[in-house]
Amino acid sequence: MDTDLKPFLQRILNEIRKSSAVALWFMFLTFPIMVMKVNPLDKTLKWRWMNMVYVGIGAFFLSFIWRYLLERKEMGAAKDEAETWQKRAGKLIRSDKRISIPCTVGLIIFAVSFPFLFSSYQTSIMITALMYVMLGLGLNIVVGLAGLLDLGYVAFYAVGAYFYALMNHHFGLGFWVALPLAGGLAATFGILLGFPVLRLRGDYLAIVTLGFGEIIRLILENWNELSYGPSGIAGISRPATFGINLTLQQHMIYLYYIMICLVIFTMLVVSRLRNSRIGRAWIALREDEVACQAMGIDKTKTKLTAFALGATWAGFVGCILAAKTTFINPASFTFMESAMILSIVVLGGMGSIVGVVVGAFILILLPEYLRAFSQYRMLAFGASMVLIMVFRPQGIISGIRQRYEFHKGLSKGEAL
Amino acid sequence: MTATMPVLDIRGLTMDFGGLRALDNISIQVNKGEIVALIGPNGAGKTTFFNCITGMYEPTKGDMIIAPPGKAEQRLNKLKPNIVTAHGLARTFQNIRLFQRMTVLENVMVARHCRTFSGIAGAILRDKRTQREENDMVEFSYKMLEKVGLSRYVNELAHELPYGAQRRLEIARAMATEPFLLLLDEPAAGMNPKETSELDQLITKIRNEEGIAILLIEHDMKLVMSISERIYVLDYGQMIAHGTPKEVSDNPDVIKAYLGEAFDA
Amino acid sequence: MDYFLELFVGGLTRGSIYALIALGYTMVYGIIELINFAHGEIYMIGAFTALIVASALSLLGMSGWSLLMLAGVIAVIYSAAYGFTLEKIAYKPLRKAQRLSPLISAIGMSIFLQNYVLLAQTSDFLSFPALIKEFSFMENVTIMRSSELVIFITTAIATILLSLFIKFTRMGKAMRAVAQDKTMAMLLGVNVNRVISVTFIIGSALAAVGGVLISSHIGQINFYIGFIAGIKAFTAAVLGGIGSVPGAVLGGLVLGWTESFATGYVSSDYEDVFAFGLLVFILIFRPSGILGKTSSEKV
Repeated sequence: MDTDLKPFLQRILNEIRKSSAVALWFMFLTFPIMVMKVNPLDKTLKWRWMNMVYVGIGAFFLSFIWRYLLERKEMGAAKDEAETWQKRAGKLIRSDKRISIPCTVGLIIFAVSFPFLFSSYQTSIMITALMYVMLGLGLNIVVGLAGLLDLGYVAFYAVGAYFYALMNHHFGLGFWVALPLAGGLAATFGILLGFPVLRLRGDYLAIVTLGFGEIIRLILENWNELSYGPSGIAGISRPATFGINLTLQQHMIYLYYIMICLVIFTMLVVSRLRNSRIGRAWIALREDEVACQAMGIDKTKTKLTAFALGATWAGFVGCILAAKTTFINPASFTFMESAMILSIVVLGGMGSIVGVVVGAFILILLPEYLRAFSQYRMLAFGASMVLIMVFRPQGIISGIRQRYEFHKGLSKGEAL
Repeated sequence: MTATMPVLDIRGLTMDFGGLRALDNISIQVNKGEIVALIGPNGAGKTTFFNCITGMYEPTKGDMIIAPPGKAEQRLNKLKPNIVTAHGLARTFQNIRLFQRMTVLENVMVARHCRTFSGIAGAILRDKRTQREENDMVEFSYKMLEKVGLSRYVNELAHELPYGAQRRLEIARAMATEPFLLLLDEPAAGMNPKETSELDQLITKIRNEEGIAILLIEHDMKLVMSISERIYVLDYGQMIAHGTPKEVSDNPDVIKAYLGEAFDA
Repeated sequence: MDYFLELFVGGLTRGSIYALIALGYTMVYGIIELINFAHGEIYMIGAFTALIVASALSLLGMSGWSLLMLAGVIAVIYSAAYGFTLEKIAYKPLRKAQRLSPLISAIGMSIFLQNYVLLAQTSDFLSFPALIKEFSFMENVTIMRSSELVIFITTAIATILLSLFIKFTRMGKAMRAVAQDKTMAMLLGVNVNRVISVTFIIGSALAAVGGVLISSHIGQINFYIGFIAGIKAFTAAVLGGIGSVPGAVLGGLVLGWTESFATGYVSSDYEDVFAFGLLVFILIFRPSGILGKTSSEKV
């Protein structure tokens, strides 16, 4: 008994020592910024000593958790565990008719009746969440499937939005006509953007696309003749209602159903793309560009297709944004937007459709329900990106590949 | 006429990397259905040779011609790697380059890309023609897996396979492109004697059943001597010997440069 | 002519700051092939720390050169500490991961640090005291201010010291070894973790120097300055050839002059567009930069 206890105590002591050191370090590190606060107006300096205490305590405990999780990651334990749990849950839900049918039906009923169960404001939030689902699915094609880190995705979003806004403003173009055109225009921009960056590797590609995104935003902000500058464009028409007069609230409900349909459409299309010849080419490109080429795939065409197709969805959603808010300006299309959409894809699981949906809901709806903490939103956002990359880079739901059954005939299994 | 033409005809291939001459005036021919080996010490330029003929590097000098059976002659110079593969030259890699997070079957299906046509519209609409093409792809790929003995791994992820199986998967994948010439880069690397002799049988089977010519880079002398009809020996980018296995193993230059004590026939 | 010289000096000033920040980017990329997206935030934290410390010290009655020096030194120490910690948390666990992971982690860290300062301090623009007093001998010089001279000289000294360090010290040699072949360096007994930490520390310290100097020159700071400065400094690093120390300085100067002359003669609204445009242009047409070497992937 004694011999077991001693090393155990020793270990606990060691851990406490490590965490204390970390706590002290962070207390030192954050001292100027957290404890000292400069007031420029009356030239005073405020000392917030309590912050240091919080940092110390927080760092102390988080340090334990951090080391523990890191150890588990090193041993690969977490990954295997999560995957079998996931695979089993997934199989159960899909194969057991007693669960899958009620689930699906329940989901459909909930989705359809949502606007009538909740307030107009919440419907509006849900529409936003659905918009981000579409954006996430679109970016998923570029980043998740083809492995091209596009940090300027927001540029295509802006293209779609400004196209509808300008066409509507100058020529009275209606939403329904503008929608497909916006997608097409965004796709064209996707090809234009894709062409010059074909040869670039991961990080460089990311920065160039970021540069493109910012350039587009800056042009929109400054080229007043075209885009009306920072003040944006207002008075954009909502989607046409074919003669029926709707109140504002009813317009929201109308838009909500439009979004539901579009999201289902997007999920279907992306799912089909993913398990097709071109989807496999994208994934091969992501996994190993050299081998991909060696197996006869035209790298250039595949990359351009990914960019174009991904951009199309952003174009659609841009058009919807303009119609929903009836006002757009360059401030909606910052790099932070691109980062947000990227984290939806990363959080949800690159290549996974359900994952993106879950990711979008979490990232958009959670802040709404945690209103009290809204000022910490971006902070949590940044931190979660780091944490996910360190501890669960495959995201919440890792993309499960298509399974094929070989009996007498051929039948395909399901994939998420 | 075409029957006697080599399917692969490389003449005077020279590859310079800045001041370093990796390949110096190399000429290699491979005839229809032949199994030819390319050997030489590490760094001799063998993989560089593969990279040149598959379009990954642009050679400084030289002519690279292929003559696919039943088709016209084709010059490989300046062609992109995917075009080279479409013409019928497929390769495996020295360091395994599988698509790790795809299943075994999908790895092979990817290779069918250059032999199939469905595009975006087909993918989205899933029309009859696309569906038929998909099914064909699945069946063909499965057959390839059966040929190399990997059919039981069909739905496994590539990175989960044991090492020897991964090497065989690379071969199955290359074969799915329906090549007339297969370039194998150290297929036996890291294999134990049993696996190597299975590989021996596999390569021979591929040549016999499919009529595919094989050019392989190898260090495993037992395999090379057993299966090659002709051998080329490279050292420091230069061709130092060429002939039948017996001729090459008796060649004093070869023994000096490479085989030496390491060779046990 | 005067206008031209003004723009020239302005470009030199900007360029020097970009160079100081770019050095951090280029060293980190040379060692671990990672774009430290959060590097701009380190620069920003350096500026903020200097401001906070300077305010505290001035309330204690300090002023002049000693104030600048002390605030500067403390800011540099803190930035180095932040850089060190940043690497340990967000990059070290991801050394063996796929290429996208550390980049996304870096972006997350950048967002986190920005908002950390925002929440802990303020979103307002804070005025930064002009810590560099005008030199008496500069009174007749109209094209250059004293602070600009200080910036230029500091950058030159820093670059020279860094080059000497990398060339002649043991740690410098270790850094070069790790940059060329990490595994081999490790096998030869180089403490790779320490080398990486030192790289981050030095890079962050230089960025902080830049932060303190330019904030003193411009006179105000805010939590967002890191983002733009970071992107531009990255542009400078790539322009000069990523991984090359003289390249970072050259790139910084070229970018500084380009921006200065472009905004001076063409249009000042599109200032950032010139920088981004240059970045895109370089990455597309000559990713290896002016002084860099083209690298090839081994098949």
